[in-house]
Amino acid sequence: MAGSTKTNITPPRWLLAELTYSCPLQCPYCSNPIDYANYQSELSTEDWKRVLTEARKMGAVQLGFSGGEPLTRKDLPELVKHARDLGYYSNLITSGYGMTEEKILQLKEAGLDHIQVSIQASTQELNDHIAGTASFEHKKTVARLVKKHGYPMVLCVVLHRENIHQMPEILAMAEELGADYLELANTQYYGWAHINRDLLLPTQEQFEQAEQIAQAFKEKVAGKMKIYYVVPDYYEDRPKACMNGWGTTFLTIAPDGVALPCHSARELPGLDCPNVNDYSISEIWNGSKAFNFFRGLEWMKEPCRSCDEKEKDFGGCRCQAYLLTGDMYNTDPVCSKSPDRHRIQQAITSAKTCASSNSQEKPLIFRNSKNSRIFAKN
Amino acid sequence: MKHSQNQILNMTITPDQPIKFSPLHRLQWEEAQQKYVILYPEGMVELNQSSAEILKLCDSTRTLAQIVSELEQKFDTTGLTNDITAFLGVALQNGWINQN
Repeated sequence: MAGSTKTNITPPRWLLAELTYSCPLQCPYCSNPIDYANYQSELSTEDWKRVLTEARKMGAVQLGFSGGEPLTRKDLPELVKHARDLGYYSNLITSGYGMTEEKILQLKEAGLDHIQVSIQASTQELNDHIAGTASFEHKKTVARLVKKHGYPMVLCVVLHRENIHQMPEILAMAEELGADYLELANTQYYGWAHINRDLLLPTQEQFEQAEQIAQAFKEKVAGKMKIYYVVPDYYEDRPKACMNGWGTTFLTIAPDGVALPCHSARELPGLDCPNVNDYSISEIWNGSKAFNFFRGLEWMKEPCRSCDEKEKDFGGCRCQAYLLTGDMYNTDPVCSKSPDRHRIQQAITSAKTCASSNSQEKPLIFRNSKNSRIFAKN
Repeated sequence: MKHSQNQILNMTITPDQPIKFSPLHRLQWEEAQQKYVILYPEGMVELNQSSAEILKLCDSTRTLAQIVSELEQKFDTTGLTNDITAFLGVALQNGWINQN
């Protein structure tokens, strides 16, 4: 069943270091687990350095410092320097909150390669509402400072029903700020986004209109700005090749040291995800139950098993299969060949009904410790 | 999309200007992969040996002709102009190198 011994194990290339779950923002689509309040402990500076060293030795080269808000870790410059010494290409994935020009210079000096700043919308009112924190003007200042100090500037905007109509203004803002890369990330419905899905999922018409505008812009700025467009898989008929295949490329380390094959894998049952406090990265990557669970193709059920596209999309996303069908071995229900495809349609219909009813009965659940403690108890 | 591709493909190397590797990318030897790679936000390109040899010479002091002659000497061969020009065109389109 899970994990074939015949599967060839490739080394990790991308390491996502989630330094902390602490965050001053409260975005209701956050990909952190909804019960993150259960995981209070954080790895020490020395532990993180060991993790970076061991993963680098295996071949990891792209490194993301993420969170929560990674700037809340006081040892960030020290970790950045260690990463640079090891030869990582490192990225700071930040809300910009708490960032100053002094820190930008300090991190540059330490060897940080690029900074990805998230902005929630093109207007202050909506940005501050979604972020749950007054942060719009400061984010724009940070974006300009990132650019000023010679980093490639990556602007990230997560798209959903509340801001997708702002697509033309979002693109104009990216141009005005001089973004080198613009990540237009349609919300992926895990974690907090999953519980807020009725309020976040755009209609197909909204999505198609926004995509058309983004596509025209992409042509206009070709050669000046690169656009990474993350598709909303609910409106696709084939699933994403999630994580480039389980345990092939990506390694995530959660704040408490739990190693995950993808940043949502914590919610899958029975994986027994190992902790870097107990095992080396090599033991975790090559030998652990969790990392071998969905490696290769042997674990698949029908219709994946006999599908001629299984080596292309690996059956899609295990977390999505689990969240929407209750069985993590199932075909990702996004696939039109999945017997559970109707669940995606139900989600789309439910969100559309919610949008048209215009009722305030069901407010957005913001990502904060108070709300997380409620999920942690259950 | 076709239109934009044509636009990009029109980018060509200016012969009399030195070529430099983009400060927004990093060219690096990867011991684990035994190859050179280009690193940039959210991405990595693995290079074969000849591509790496060309890019290593894009140090803002050499022009196209100088790069060609240096590599022809190094590998004791001739007739590399077309291949190198084509590759540098691709590198320019991808933003790995630039001029002035």
